[in-house]
Amino acid sequence: MTELPPAIHLESVSRHYLMGESVIRAVNDVSLTVPSGGFLALLGSSGSGKSTLLNLIAGLDRPSSGSVVAHGQDLSKMSSLELARYRRQTVGMVFQSFNLLPRMTLEENVELPLRLAEVDRSERATRVREALSRVGLEKRIGHRPSELSGGEQQRTAIARALVNRPKILLADEPTGNLDSATGESILTLLREIQKNPGMTIVMVTHERALAERFADRLAVMGDGKLLSNGAAR
Amino acid sequence: MKLRDLSDLAFRNLREAVLRNSLTTLGVAVGVASLVAMLSLGVGLQQLATSRLAKSGLFDSIFVTPKTNLRGPGGGPPATRAPASKARPLDADARVEISRMPNVIEVYPQIRFFTEVRYDSKPFATMVAGMPESSKASGAFDGMQGSFFSSPNADEAILQAEFAKELNPQTASLIGKDLILRYAERQALPSQAQAGDPAEYPGGFSVVPKEKHLRIIGVVETEPASGFGGFGSGRLLIPLPLAETLRAAQVNDLRDILRDTSSDKPTYSSLTVRVKSPSLVEATEAKLKDLGFSAFSLLDASKSLRIFFLVFDLLLTIFSSLALAVATLGIINTLVMAVLERRREIGVLKALGAADSDVKQLFFVEAGVIGLFGGILGVFLGWLIGRTLNFGTVLYLHRQNLPGVDITSVPLWLVAFGILFAVLVSLAAGLYPASRAARLDPVQALRYE
Ligand SMILES: Nc1ncnc2c1ncn2[C@@H]1O[C@H](COP(=O)(O)OP(=O)(O)O)[C@@H](O)[C@H]1O
Ligand SMILES: [Mg+2]
Repeated sequence: MTELPPAIHLESVSRHYLMGESVIRAVNDVSLTVPSGGFLALLGSSGSGKSTLLNLIAGLDRPSSGSVVAHGQDLSKMSSLELARYRRQTVGMVFQSFNLLPRMTLEENVELPLRLAEVDRSERATRVREALSRVGLEKRIGHRPSELSGGEQQRTAIARALVNRPKILLADEPTGNLDSATGESILTLLREIQKNPGMTIVMVTHERALAERFADRLAVMGDGKLLSNGAAR
Repeated sequence: MKLRDLSDLAFRNLREAVLRNSLTTLGVAVGVASLVAMLSLGVGLQQLATSRLAKSGLFDSIFVTPKTNLRGPGGGPPATRAPASKARPLDADARVEISRMPNVIEVYPQIRFFTEVRYDSKPFATMVAGMPESSKASGAFDGMQGSFFSSPNADEAILQAEFAKELNPQTASLIGKDLILRYAERQALPSQAQAGDPAEYPGGFSVVPKEKHLRIIGVVETEPASGFGGFGSGRLLIPLPLAETLRAAQVNDLRDILRDTSSDKPTYSSLTVRVKSPSLVEATEAKLKDLGFSAFSLLDASKSLRIFFLVFDLLLTIFSSLALAVATLGIINTLVMAVLERRREIGVLKALGAADSDVKQLFFVEAGVIGLFGGILGVFLGWLIGRTLNFGTVLYLHRQNLPGVDITSVPLWLVAFGILFAVLVSLAAGLYPASRAARLDPVQALRYE
């Protein structure tokens, strides 16, 4: 395998919160590289800083110090408008609680990123259909999230994350609200997506067994620090 | 985001909280409605007043009198009088000259005399006033019983209602009946006085009693002969040309007697000059003064009337602005609540790549849409309130046997103004919630399930 430029490179990243007198080091001096096309599982106990780190990669949050570089772009040098564009074009996000908009149909939910990216109306319908069939939900296009099972909702959220064809998919405990069988099917889907259409995935989870089965690399966090980082098997 | 997508989302969001948003919209509507209703009342009253006053001749009339010496008729040494070239008599020649001036539509004397009237062989004393043709359009005769004079020289009379009641409480039954006007005619005395003449004056004329048969053709409730440009409280109204022929013979004015009575030309103590529009009054008034007459108009009064309405409108606007301020608070409240309630949604939008400006615009458009609907509804409600006020007024006036009038008016500019105002106020009210939504930290918004 030839060495590709890294999709994500974190250099001494810290994120501190000030709580009155004390400083909470949610992420504390983390350096980490995720190769392009890789599937990294971020493990760690609750409160260890996984979500905070993921939000820094997503450009939703800014580090207190250190740099986050994604596909050659240094997020710390971006304006908030540029960060918004980065989130629209380069990353897709999936959450534990799906975060679909309840009054919108699947089609409208998946269409949202296309609206934000000002994609032509004529093109949107095909892109939405494409994304929903990628997750096997093309028949439920007119349904509302509440009419779907948890797994189906998470598939919809994945379709929404894919629809803008991002290079990086960030998932924060995507199986946290699902039973183990459904969770496995979601992870299977993520791995398929990693290969085709092909993207870099960073997934937060606390289920080590699943992470070992589906991810290429494991990074373990504890108390804001990166404890270990290596190949999954 | 493109405007179409923004408004799509805004409409969708508004529909999702239908109850709260329609209450807010209603709040805006009530504010706008009160604004529109009050302004329509202001506009309507102003239109009513100006059209009535314009018709009444108050503001297109100039009151002309001869320039006389203050010490009284014929008195005083010549030195104290106005320059002879300037002061001139207000006689028939002068009347013709004035009536030929540009922009002058009518020149007429005020004719009013006290005399005896016989009706049903009973005597009544009353004040007779001559009415010019133009008084028909003044609005004073609107809603009268019967009709206006058939011609400027007709031997016809219109009775003021109070007087009519003296003749017969059933005023309607008077119409078509005849009455006899008794007046004294002044006749130039032949070379020597005739014995047995009823009266004799040193000026060289005698006064002969005469009678004139008049047909009653109408009864009017108002007092058309009163007020500036009118003739005081005339209760028996006859056509002005007819009155002039009688007046020419009437001994009414002491000055007439003291003046050079050998002249056949009648002189007038005053003439009313009506011009085409109030805006021409000032120039015409100046010209009349140049001609050597005293002239006076109520133009200044019309100016203060305009100021009055300006202040009136201002007060109405202030009061309705209070209603609108409440509506504004309603919008702010609704949108702030929406921001709090939709924290997660805002967080999701930002995570999906919405810029702060997208979120801001979304809330802004929502406020604008509330304003637009509130404005449209409010203008309609305001119009409805105006109609109701009109309806009530007309009903009341009819009960008083008066003709109905429109006291409110919603012109197109008021419709546009109402809607625009609602949208602008709503956008202003949306400023704070929108920027609050835009500033929301997506990490915090998405943090708690
Ligand atoms: N806004 C905040 N203010 C203060 N502390 C915070 C804030 N956000 C996160 N933290 C703290 O940072 C630490 C890491 O949180 P998080 O990244 O959510 O952990 P994980 O996702 O691994 O459970 C926790 O101790 C949390 O309490
Ligand atoms: Mg977490």
